[in-house]
Amino acid sequence: MKENSNLAIEINNMHKWFGEFHVLKNINLQVERGERIVICGPSGSGKSTLIRCINRLEEHQRGNITVDGITLTNNLKNIAEIRREVGMVFQHFNLFPHLTVLENCTLGPIWVRKMPKDDAEATAMKYLERVRIPEQARKYPGQLSGGQQQRVAIARSLCMNPKIMLFDEPTSALDPEMIKEVLDVMIQLAKSGMTMLVVTHEMGFAKTVANRVIFMDEGEIIEENVPKKFFESPKNDRTKLFLSQILSH
Amino acid sequence: MTQLSKQSYEPGKHPDLPPPRMEVGYMGWLRSNFFSSPFNVFLTFAALYFLYVTIPPILDWAVFRAVFDDVRHRNECREIADGACWAVVRVRFEQFMYGFYPQELRWRPNLAFVLLFVALVPVLYDRVRYRKLWLWFSLIYPVLAFFMLWGGLGLEPVESAKMGGFLLTVLIGVTGIVVSLPLGIALSLGRHSTMPIVRVLSIWYIEFFRGVPLITLLFVASTLLNYFLPPGTYFDLLLRVIIMVILFSAAYIAEVIRGGLAAIPKGQFEAADALGLNYAQSMRLIVLPQALKVSIPGIVNTFIGLFKDTTLVVIVGLLDPLGISRSTLADSSWQGLSTELYIFIAIGFFISCFSMSRYSLYLERRLDTGYRDK
Repeated sequence: MKENSNLAIEINNMHKWFGEFHVLKNINLQVERGERIVICGPSGSGKSTLIRCINRLEEHQRGNITVDGITLTNNLKNIAEIRREVGMVFQHFNLFPHLTVLENCTLGPIWVRKMPKDDAEATAMKYLERVRIPEQARKYPGQLSGGQQQRVAIARSLCMNPKIMLFDEPTSALDPEMIKEVLDVMIQLAKSGMTMLVVTHEMGFAKTVANRVIFMDEGEIIEENVPKKFFESPKNDRTKLFLSQILSH
Repeated sequence: MTQLSKQSYEPGKHPDLPPPRMEVGYMGWLRSNFFSSPFNVFLTFAALYFLYVTIPPILDWAVFRAVFDDVRHRNECREIADGACWAVVRVRFEQFMYGFYPQELRWRPNLAFVLLFVALVPVLYDRVRYRKLWLWFSLIYPVLAFFMLWGGLGLEPVESAKMGGFLLTVLIGVTGIVVSLPLGIALSLGRHSTMPIVRVLSIWYIEFFRGVPLITLLFVASTLLNYFLPPGTYFDLLLRVIIMVILFSAAYIAEVIRGGLAAIPKGQFEAADALGLNYAQSMRLIVLPQALKVSIPGIVNTFIGLFKDTTLVVIVGLLDPLGISRSTLADSSWQGLSTELYIFIAIGFFISCFSMSRYSLYLERRLDTGYRDK
């Protein structure tokens, strides 16, 4: 069934439009298991839309997306199956404000994975410890700082025991002094061998963690390379311009 | 430059002194609430004067010169004193409570009323013991109440026409509230749906029932419906009225909740989707708890309106408290005592509606998790 079981994600000739606007143009991307990919590019380049297509928060109109051997179609069962295996962390955390931190983490396992409540809570505590906030388990998200909330959001995704993690600008909404605590958790996660797709402007993170960096502009993948070559000798002019803009200060 | 020599204590040795006497305690309270500015002083005295002018005559009429005795005619009242003649309320009290429900069977509505509160406790408060078990009772309560009020299952049957007074108000009000909430939630989700047929039907339903006065619907229930139903079928006027009240208020509830749904950030839906929750789960666990919380003031507002609107059923000949007061005033022995009756009815409604309003405040505080929209 699975042609290449080494591939976590395979995207072929994928296009997407928002109404008349062609946001993603002929995207081709292969992600191997355990690979860590950083996607960067100017705002409006389609990088968020790209990773949102992978778990069907956005629908693509042409081409194929195959995640963990399952091809994304309108089949709700397929979508549900993929979402179970793919965790997502959002720019604005999107924690559930009416539930405690612990309940945020156990909700998915209990309702989607049908895990007994005790097991779910044990798993949740394990991951809350890993993101270093087990003591906040009984609090509500509104009582936590931004960095803490984002770490809870990462723990919430990990509780589903996903094979792939998507990060959509996870540090863009954070105060500067909180960015590090979130990046530390993400680096730790990368070391554990998780397959990660990260949309971010944290170039330091890209240099230390990524296997590949992808640069997107105006809906296209312009350039991709290993971090060292990407930063030291970018080929495309647009990449050079972008890098000079974000690295100049 | 600080002159350390002028300080009466060594640096770091200053004791905690009591605050100025005028700032705290009842003196502080009086000052900040009544005398904080010249205009406030003026308002305080104006309000005091207003109370001085109005309260004594009202008390005089309603209490000191009022007649509480068990007399049978307004003239007897007037012979005793010229204040309020509460005798009319006393004499007609049972009618105001039950309408014409047979006297020997009144233990049934009484019991149903007491059990109503027993059934409501686990629904309204989530911190009670054995809540799950208790909720089962709440679930079967409507069936229980039905048989207690109308009879059957070995209980002597009672016609709806015999029910009246506050029994009728509570019956229509509570049934309306309990059934219209889930119906309203379903309609608001329908209006929010991506399925065009469901959405269009919900919108049409809501717009129709919001666009038509309740009185019109009650008339339809009492007269027109007979033309539409197949000949020979008959169902109870009270039941028809209750259905109309439910349909009417569900449309309002749906719109109130739609406002709540609109207040939920898109990210909440996306996070629920990304976790793999299906539509029903994401609505039940994520979206509705938040949307309903935002909508509490509006929902309770609608319920209070519904409760008071039950007085409209007098138009189609049901004897709610206003209907009873009409027939009482038509009685020659009690003519002209409308003030007493209306005050009595108003107090009854005020207690019910004020309790709902207080509960809504309690619930808002209870569900506040410190979350603020950013």
